[in-house]
Amino acid sequence: MTKRDRPILLVEDNPMDVDLTRRAFARHKVPNPIHIARDGEEALAYIPRWETGEKTPLVILMDLKLPKVDGLEVLRSFKNHSHYHTIPIVILSTSTEESDIQLAYQEGANSYIAKPVDYDAFTQIVEHIQVYWCSLNTPPK
Amino acid sequence: MNTQNHPILLIEDNPMDVDLTRRAFTRRKVINTIEVARDGEEAIAYIHRWEAGESWPVVILLDINLPKVNGLEVLRELKTHPMLQKIPVIVLTSSAEDRDIQKAYELGANSYIVKPVDFEKFVDVAAQIDLYWNVINIPPC
Repeated sequence: MTKRDRPILLVEDNPMDVDLTRRAFARHKVPNPIHIARDGEEALAYIPRWETGEKTPLVILMDLKLPKVDGLEVLRSFKNHSHYHTIPIVILSTSTEESDIQLAYQEGANSYIAKPVDYDAFTQIVEHIQVYWCSLNTPPK
Repeated sequence: MNTQNHPILLIEDNPMDVDLTRRAFTRRKVINTIEVARDGEEAIAYIHRWEAGESWPVVILLDINLPKVNGLEVLRELKTHPMLQKIPVIVLTSSAEDRDIQKAYELGANSYIVKPVDFEKFVDVAAQIDLYWNVINIPPC
C-alpha cells in the first residue's frame, strides 16, 4: 500500500472550510483522495469501515467544534482505539484557548494548528499540512 | 504565545546529523535554542530537569538507535509521563523498518520521519521539520 492511495480524512462541519481545504489540496495536486466527515458521528462511523478493510487515512484533519459529537470526544475515541490510535490526528481549530490546546495534546493529538481567518493564510497552512503529512511523514500501517 | 524562549531538544548521537540539523534550523533568523542529548541516558536526565521546573522544549527530535538507552525506551518514558506526554516527539531515524514505525506510533510518537542519507535532502527535511513544528504547530508549553 503506497502513501498516494491512502485518503486524507477531513472532519469539518463548515462548508466554506471544506471547500477551501479541497481547493488548497487540488492546487498542490495532491493525489490522495479526500474524505469528508461533517460531524463527530460521521467521523466515528469510519471506524467500522476501516475494520472491514477500507484504507485508513494517512492523516486526520479535525476541527474541535463539531455537531453531534464534540471534536475532543472524537479525538478521545480514536486515540483510545486499540488499532487506530496510531493514525496521526492534526487538530485544525479556530480556538487558540490554552485549555483546548492542553486537552487536545493530553488526549493524544499529534499536532495542533490554529485555523487562520484569512483566505490566503488558510490556503498556505493547508499546503504545509499536506506536504508534511502526505509526503514527509512516514505513516503507520 | 512566545515559544521562542523554549528550546528544541535534539536526541542524537551522530555528530554529523547534529551539525546538519543545527544548520538547517539556524537558516531562519528567529530561532529557538537547540539543546542536544547524545545518548538515551542524557535524554532521560532532561526529564528530571523539566520536572524540576526548566522550560519544556517546543519539540523533541528523537533518534531510535542511541547508546545506553534506546530511543524507543526514551519515547516510552516521555509518553507515559503524566505531564510531559504532551510534548511533541518527532522520531527522526535512519530506520524505515515497519517494526520501528509501528512501535513508535504505538508508544505515542507525534510523527515519524526517515532520515535521508543524502546531505542536501537531509538539510531540506530538517528545514521542513523546523517550519512545521517551530512555526506552524502550536506547542503545549
